[in-house]
Amino acid sequence: MTIYAITAIAVLVSIALALARAIIGPTSYDRILSVNAIGTKTVLLIGVMGFLGGRPDFLDLALVYALVNFIGTLAVLKYFKFGTLRGTLSKPRDNA
Amino acid sequence: MLLLIAGTMTVLMVRNLFVATMLLGIVSFTMALIFISLDAVDVAFTEAAVGAGISTVLYIGTLALVGSQEKERAKFAVGPLVICVAVGAVLYYATYDMPQFGHPDNPVQTHVAPRYIQESPTEIGIPNMVTSVLASYRGYDTFGEVTVIFTAGIGVLLILRQRRRRRTDANKDAKDTPLDTDRDGKGSSLSGLGSNHDLVPHVIAKLLIPFIFVFALYVQFHGDFGPGGGFQAGVIFAAGIILYALVFSLDLARAVINEKAILFLICAVVLLYGGVGVAGMLLGGNFLDYNVLASDPVAGQHLGILLVELGVGITVTAAMLAIFYAFVGRADLIEEASQRGEK
Amino acid sequence: MELVLDIATWILLLAGSVLLVITGYGLLRLPDLYTRIHAGGMADTLATTLIFIGLALQSGFSLITVKLLLVIVFIFFTSPTSSYALAQASFVAGLKPKLDGFGAVKKPDEDA
Repeated sequence: MTIYAITAIAVLVSIALALARAIIGPTSYDRILSVNAIGTKTVLLIGVMGFLGGRPDFLDLALVYALVNFIGTLAVLKYFKFGTLRGTLSKPRDNA
Repeated sequence: MLLLIAGTMTVLMVRNLFVATMLLGIVSFTMALIFISLDAVDVAFTEAAVGAGISTVLYIGTLALVGSQEKERAKFAVGPLVICVAVGAVLYYATYDMPQFGHPDNPVQTHVAPRYIQESPTEIGIPNMVTSVLASYRGYDTFGEVTVIFTAGIGVLLILRQRRRRRTDANKDAKDTPLDTDRDGKGSSLSGLGSNHDLVPHVIAKLLIPFIFVFALYVQFHGDFGPGGGFQAGVIFAAGIILYALVFSLDLARAVINEKAILFLICAVVLLYGGVGVAGMLLGGNFLDYNVLASDPVAGQHLGILLVELGVGITVTAAMLAIFYAFVGRADLIEEASQRGEK
Repeated sequence: MELVLDIATWILLLAGSVLLVITGYGLLRLPDLYTRIHAGGMADTLATTLIFIGLALQSGFSLITVKLLLVIVFIFFTSPTSSYALAQASFVAGLKPKLDGFGAVKKPDEDA
């Protein structure tokens, strides 16, 4: 169906715009934001491409990539804040 | 494809290792997209899970240890370059004797592949042919892979394992403070780990982690019928525990699964895999022959593949967790050592 | 019945695509990090929900619909949490939101 192709093109355009923000963005938090947004849009792209190609088996892959995106963003944020991955999200370690 | 080449060249050239880590994530995701366009879903699955996910988290754990600027390169060395070029040329020359890559008349395409494709439904009887090739026809190779992962996990645990006094400190922290009172003794509905700023990630993590584990089990056992299998399931399971360790602290995650348990798991599953092979020998067949494991050969194949995939999944989980614990736990030691050195 | 489902799918997918393009454009044009977090985190979730519901209508009652719903629920929970963590991290790091006008609205006496 052609609507799948239209949606896929819209997702690609959106990814390109987010990539532009990743390159321009003055602070690093802008870049982390756009990487997270590209991850979410990629999940969308995998789903739509699966339907476009007639193989909806890709949805497992979409779920895994959503999980991976979430964990990656949290890890990067934690590293940015503290320089270590050890503690919780707002304290570097338990006995701090 | 161009994005892949451009991304990889940029990884080689940037100096800031953090940017290199992000780019590696993007490169591995582009590889997964190429695999999808080549219609290889299992491989894309593994590439996306391992390359874009766990590798990024482990690299960031490493960056916490080594800092994020690359050291200055030494002078341009001619000797190693000559050796690399010479070995590469010899290898390239050696490929002239091999059949042309991808040619339809290759022995692989005319003898091996058709036999797998034709015989697999009758001999093994599971719909996903990738799993049947991986776990049964090439079970010996998969045993080798499991041994490699086992060696990597053991190596990391040997070299980077923390000493006993660290562990008693961590145990004291985790046990003496009951998990539902604050550090000042005030009661609070969540564990007294962080300020209230942590409430949203705590709640979301507690909601999602059981579903991540169930999804990992689904991928593990559905690998016979669709994309999935042991490697991907192991990575997803490890990702769930790493999520727990990121949102709550590493010490709490250590209280849930400590290093002894990981060591036990890694050794136990290699024994499981080898045990399946030896059981095949004891029951009258060859090593890793699944036909003799049950009264009906096809059922024997199913049982053998189930056990072997389970073994692969647990090994991958334990190895990933061992590496994560070792890297992230060590950052603390280095920092405390430097603090003590300054005092 | 097929026609109704097809029309519904078309509407949902078109709405989702338009929302995605607007989100991307907003990510470029919004003036401050905190406003961009809204574009990047929240609107993406809505677009994903719309598009995946449209795809689910196409596959009827099958395992695929269940998986699509699972992805929707997962993204629904995790994308706003990442935005929250990002906003909190940047606020604690000291990035102040721009609260004193954004310069896009001209006062009437500047048009001369």
